[in-house]
Amino acid sequence: MRRPAQPWIIRVTHWANLVLFTIMAGSGLRILAAYPFLGPRGEDYGWYPLQGVNAPPLLTIGGWLAGARHWHFAFAWFFAANALVYAIYLLASGEWKRRLFFPRRDAWNAWQTVLHDLRLRKEPPPSVGLYNGMQRLTYTGVLAMAPLLVLSGLAMYKPVQLPRLTGLLVGYDVARAIHLLVLAALTLFTVVHIVQVLLHPRTLVDMTIGGPERPEGTP
Amino acid sequence: MTASTRRSFLATGIRSAGLLAMGGLACDSMRPQEGFLGLMERVNERFQRALFDPGRLAPELPEEDESDPDDFPAYKISEEYPVVPGGWVLRISGLVARQLTLSAAELRRLPRTSTRVRHHCVEGWSAVASWDGVRLSEIARLAGVDPRARYVEFRSFETGYYSSWDVESALHPQTILAYGMNGEPLATEYGAPLRLYSAVKLGYKMVKYLGEVSFLPVRTGGYWEDKGYEWFAGV
Repeated sequence: MRRPAQPWIIRVTHWANLVLFTIMAGSGLRILAAYPFLGPRGEDYGWYPLQGVNAPPLLTIGGWLAGARHWHFAFAWFFAANALVYAIYLLASGEWKRRLFFPRRDAWNAWQTVLHDLRLRKEPPPSVGLYNGMQRLTYTGVLAMAPLLVLSGLAMYKPVQLPRLTGLLVGYDVARAIHLLVLAALTLFTVVHIVQVLLHPRTLVDMTIGGPERPEGTP
Repeated sequence: MTASTRRSFLATGIRSAGLLAMGGLACDSMRPQEGFLGLMERVNERFQRALFDPGRLAPELPEEDESDPDDFPAYKISEEYPVVPGGWVLRISGLVARQLTLSAAELRRLPRTSTRVRHHCVEGWSAVASWDGVRLSEIARLAGVDPRARYVEFRSFETGYYSSWDVESALHPQTILAYGMNGEPLATEYGAPLRLYSAVKLGYKMVKYLGEVSFLPVRTGGYWEDKGYEWFAGV
């Protein structure tokens, strides 16, 4: 079976995610500004280097604490639902085979890509199907982290009504730290992602209009 | 109906539908309880009510988990702490078989309960203290609350300071009217002589300097809620 590089469900959920993730991150940073410390009162976590540091207001959404909370809890549903549509499609369509990281297919290729990016190898390794190994490793890492974002958010939202989830994440304050750390990791990913897209504009076209048909990859 | 009146009728209809859609779907940070954000607050209230289990207790914590009293913030809504009126009593009113007035001494003679749970502030911090007082469910039993009372309004003797709750959260076993904190009499900054404390709500729902508790068939607002903070605010 042949299908475009980026099937329409992936394109729609990708761009919806851009909008929704921006709203969630912006409102989340505005909520954080009300108490920009990690750790319970009187027990600030020593490992967190940004105690007391706020995001620039330009990067925040919601204006004030109550406004930002309403944005955050209104759009959380759409953010999670969009991710769920993507995840179901990924599994049901078989797209996971050409997108997820499989060590046997991708590990050596990923390593060669790193060497090339570090200028230690002249030629970039060829992509294996849709992506190279490093892309697959990165995207798979993002997909693995995303549920943690939702789960840690739920644990903070309902620490009393969801005791098992909150306990699994070691408690309210640890869940809050996880929530912020996953945001930091995903922001780092987004920066690298945008740089890579600027270096390879063709991928932006594919993600918008679908791109050429390609054979389905096998792991 | 002529063609032209039909056209103008249609145009008016489309215009008002458009305005309604825009007004209804607007996200206004300064008015978060209106428009789309307000609609989603009501969706989230349903979700929170569905998740709320009246029998589920927040874990009672050991004494060593108590925050240093200096690390437990106390906020106030005005510059000065309110002055406790002479002859202070707590009034229980609304849909009850017996309206009650309870003095500080009478409250202390009611079955005493203590709770030490994690406190969750809307700002994101958490802290732990222990609270001594009377379960609101105990007072509700004494007053004989009518089943038509679906909401409870807590009013402070400080002007304009109040909050209303769903009756299920108000009658939760870890919702108490507290007159003591960390084994000491409640201090002024934490709401003396009597304040609301609960394991199942965010801190801003816990009214300090209590004067009156009313069991009501309809919901009212609250000091923070009327500013735009979420009404249900369960944890």
